[in-house]
Amino acid sequence: MPPEARTKRPTAGSGIPASRANVARPVARRGGDPASSSPVFRLDDLSVYYGSFKAVRNVSMSIPQQQITAFIGPSGCGKTTLLRCLNRMNDLVDIARVEGKVLYHGVDLYDEQVNPVEVRRRIGMVFQKPNPFPKSIYDNITFGPKVAGVKGNLEEIVERSLRRAALWDEVKDRLKDSAMGLSGGQQQRLCIARALAVDPEVILMDEPCSALDPIATGRIEDLMEEIKTDYTIVIVTHNMQQAARVSDMCAFFTAEINEHSDTRTGILVEFDRTETMFSNPQDERTENYVTGRFG
Amino acid sequence: MIGTTPATYAPEAVRKRLQGKRFDAKGFAFSACLLAALLITVTLLAVLLYDVINGGWSVLTSRPIEFLTGSLSSAAADAGIGQGLRGTFFIAVFVILVAFPIGIGAAIYLEEYAPSTRLTRLIDVNIRNLAGVPSVVYGLLGFAIFVKALGSFTGPDANGRTVISAGLTLAILVLPIVIITSAEAIRAVPDSLREAGFGVGATRWEVIRSHVLPYAGPGILTGTVLALARALGEAAPLILVGATTGFLSGGDSYNLASLQGRFTAMPMVIYNWTGRPQPGFETATAAAIVVLLAVVLVANATAILLRNRYEKRR
Ligand SMILES: Nc1ncnc2c1ncn2[C@@H]1O[C@H](COP(=O)(O)OP(=O)(O)OP(=O)(O)O)[C@@H](O)[C@H]1O
Ligand SMILES: [Mg+2]
Repeated sequence: MPPEARTKRPTAGSGIPASRANVARPVARRGGDPASSSPVFRLDDLSVYYGSFKAVRNVSMSIPQQQITAFIGPSGCGKTTLLRCLNRMNDLVDIARVEGKVLYHGVDLYDEQVNPVEVRRRIGMVFQKPNPFPKSIYDNITFGPKVAGVKGNLEEIVERSLRRAALWDEVKDRLKDSAMGLSGGQQQRLCIARALAVDPEVILMDEPCSALDPIATGRIEDLMEEIKTDYTIVIVTHNMQQAARVSDMCAFFTAEINEHSDTRTGILVEFDRTETMFSNPQDERTENYVTGRFG
Repeated sequence: MIGTTPATYAPEAVRKRLQGKRFDAKGFAFSACLLAALLITVTLLAVLLYDVINGGWSVLTSRPIEFLTGSLSSAAADAGIGQGLRGTFFIAVFVILVAFPIGIGAAIYLEEYAPSTRLTRLIDVNIRNLAGVPSVVYGLLGFAIFVKALGSFTGPDANGRTVISAGLTLAILVLPIVIITSAEAIRAVPDSLREAGFGVGATRWEVIRSHVLPYAGPGILTGTVLALARALGEAAPLILVGATTGFLSGGDSYNLASLQGRFTAMPMVIYNWTGRPQPGFETATAAAIVVLLAVVLVANATAILLRNRYEKRR
């Protein structure tokens, strides 16, 4: 791993050393412009409604492959809503409806032929609140591979996933114990391991560290850093430093008050390389937001 | 700090502030009322239990085997509840085999599959109302359908007045209760659990089978067993579908072919004996009630045991 990988973080030096593990695939375009790599997702004039309420409108953006893209913005601006469109998790909300397109490697995810189960198998998700299954640690990891029809060496998958999520050493002697007995931070890493176990192409993370202490947060950030050579990551975060530390690309959303009703609709204000977003944003609203949080 | 006076933190002053008003009269009165309500309930139950056990004790101790296995008789000294127990047993079988799967299935569909449209809500409200319909009405329904219309199937030689008719009628009677309690248990499963399942690429069925049902299982079990207890205690529908009250030849066979014959069941036996003027039936009635209570108790205890075992494995 080239040392300059670290220097491109705007606020490297946060005191949390990024551990570098062996990675399976070679890293392409290291140090190149993240915006120029081929997109995994292309959102095309995407609007999302809950019933008649327009939660997000007219978002167009391209999310690059094998990079970490952060969504930031004030509460209620639709970050979660947008993230959940990327793996059709919003299908589970009866009243949710999308307009516009979400292209995944050029394929419209909302095409009638597309099976949301197949989508979610390839585009995994880690939720804001740790939500392990109330079963053993082992069963938590193996559920995904089992429903995906993986036969054979589940033990190996369990160990590999837990190692990648930096949880193996803490739980290797109690894999048969209930996951509910883990601490919040351990549970969240278990959820990440569970997402990794099905070997997805993309991992969506909705404020994965909001319930964690700085050490657990640091572990998860290191982990993201490590696995991004294999996966594309999209993360929602309220933590500016975290966005600056871990992401390559950053999207800033805000909510605009609608003229004729007393509702707020989320819009994409600016989307650029993280360094640019934090050092030289084009939009005043972005600048106010990122500097406001930095003091 | 609220207020403008500077606070003093002298230990005495702080202690005085912290000790405050000690006695909470309203709270005390309220908890006293609650305790009274509980005591009234417990006392009533205890009196009831004492009364029936005391009344039936002589029968249950002097001729237990004969009483539990004997047939209906006009002489109290010979009367037994074997036929009643047999009828109640088959009613339980019908409820478990018919009402449980249909009810739980309907609940799963309503909660997990049905889109929340006006029609779904209408159905939901109606099922709730059905649970409140008096049992005589279900008896009439059972009489019209199982005794009259389907008599040739439920009991060609007994004019349809068989334990099959009774079992199916009672299964329908408790169906709404099974649906409501199961749906309630399924609704209590947190959405985050479903999302976790869908998030790793499971289908709806896999999420339901592996996560929703195991989580809702204990609640479903409790609700269904309560429904079963209700079915075992109902007398009115039995009267309407023609449970026998007097002499009954046979009717204590556990042979499946006997299902199409005439029958009686525990609530019917109790109801009938209560009205008899002959001496001795009073104690026999009390003894029969004790046995029915014991049966229901065993069903509930089994459910609790199963639930505890099940919950431990979570
Ligand atoms: N299931 C839902 N039904 C109706 N409205 C919803 C639903 N989920 C979200 N909303 C609304 O959509 C808007 C965007 O919500 P969303 O959760 O996407 O915001 P967010 O940016 O993730 O906020 P936060 O930072 O607080 O998590 C909000 O106004 C919210 O009230
Ligand atoms: Mg959110």
